[in-house]
Amino acid sequence: MSKSIFEALGGEAAVEQAVDIFYRYVLQDDRINFWFEDIDMEKQAAKQHAFMTMAFGGPHAYTGADLRTGHAKMVERGLNDTHFDAVKENLVKALNELSVPAHLIQQVLDLVETTRNDVLNRAPAPASV
Amino acid sequence: MGEIVFEGEILHLPLGATVLDALEAAGKDVRSSCRSGICQTCMMQALEGSPPAKAQAGLRDTLRVQRYFLACMCIPEERLVIGRPGAGFRCVATIAKLQLLNDSVSEVRLRCADTFDYRPGQFVNLVNPDGIVRSYSLASIPGVDDTLALHVARVPGGAMSGWVHERAKPGDSVELLGPHGNCFYVPGNTTQPLLLVGTGTGLAPLLGILTDALRQGHDGPIHLFHGSVRKAGLYLVDRLRALAERAPQFHYHPCVLEGDVDAGMHLGPIDAHVPEILLALKGFRVYLCGHPDLVKKLQKQTFLMGASLKEIFADPFVPAKPVEHEKVLMPFPLNS
Repeated sequence: MSKSIFEALGGEAAVEQAVDIFYRYVLQDDRINFWFEDIDMEKQAAKQHAFMTMAFGGPHAYTGADLRTGHAKMVERGLNDTHFDAVKENLVKALNELSVPAHLIQQVLDLVETTRNDVLNRAPAPASV
Repeated sequence: MGEIVFEGEILHLPLGATVLDALEAAGKDVRSSCRSGICQTCMMQALEGSPPAKAQAGLRDTLRVQRYFLACMCIPEERLVIGRPGAGFRCVATIAKLQLLNDSVSEVRLRCADTFDYRPGQFVNLVNPDGIVRSYSLASIPGVDDTLALHVARVPGGAMSGWVHERAKPGDSVELLGPHGNCFYVPGNTTQPLLLVGTGTGLAPLLGILTDALRQGHDGPIHLFHGSVRKAGLYLVDRLRALAERAPQFHYHPCVLEGDVDAGMHLGPIDAHVPEILLALKGFRVYLCGHPDLVKKLQKQTFLMGASLKEIFADPFVPAKPVEHEKVLMPFPLNS
């Protein structure tokens, strides 16, 4: 199922295009860009690529625990639902710019939504680690 | 059934096993995370043999041409000798020539005892006879120049730069470790516009990239912005101007932050000057070298101006702290 979303979206080539457009929106969004203020762009490029691959339902093996550890420090500093929602909004903007059909955008959003509790380090704990 | 050599040890791979499987089965300390070719944690370098294309998917072309690959995706099709990323080589060299390029920058020409394979713009760790280690970028072209060229700025109190500027002489023996880094020209797209921005001796790698690109027939536009605080800090100005006369695709933009300037030099911050010349960077490949704060600022700025994340290559020259020998292989050049 998820593999077909990845392919419908255009696979690896589409991921690369989407990363640039999406991350450019994120860096210009004052609601969230401070989270990326002091960050290594090269490492960030790899992380954004991994995020987009996940959002596209592509091959990945990040567990809920990875997402928790990766965001724990940001949660301590106040990462919350409004930031998560803003990221989703920017994702929609980027996918619209790429003329992705609405039903596929919805599938991407549904996938991203499944990570909310892990990203924000909230219960329920991940079922499998 | 395949065979790999890792740190001198021969490992046999069962059918269908990946390099990561084999390393783990042999009890090697190798970091990994996603095991599906995404996170790039398990990246290795092939020193002999070519990794399969699947093991290089998603890597930057600068890594691919250096035969980096992802161990978790690598089912070898031939015998591979592999190493951890950036292991590099060690080479003894002698100083062939020392020449001042301006009041404070010396060009050091080194002759290696063995063949030293590198790409112009990459950097090496230079070890002097006192055991001081610093990183310097390569401005020379292998196969064209018979020596390696480094640019060494005089830094007040700098251990290595003090040695180079005051005591070093032709014939002195040094050691080189490397090469390292991803700031170099990759052939295959001769019409792509290139943006090179650097300050101080950040010109060295950019000069290597520029010369290499022109030599390989690059005919897309190449814009070089070289900045210095004062006019006296610029160097090779005449040579670069002459080159711009000869090569119409090459555009040279010398920038001076404060004080006097000559005709044709820009006065003011280099990062403000880039968008005055280039409105958008969509489709560009970008190389940024020199002062770390500026490099960081320009990484973001050039990305927002339209350059793709994959097309931005940065080499921040982090100022030297006392260096211990273990830290020799740090990924960033130090510039004292």
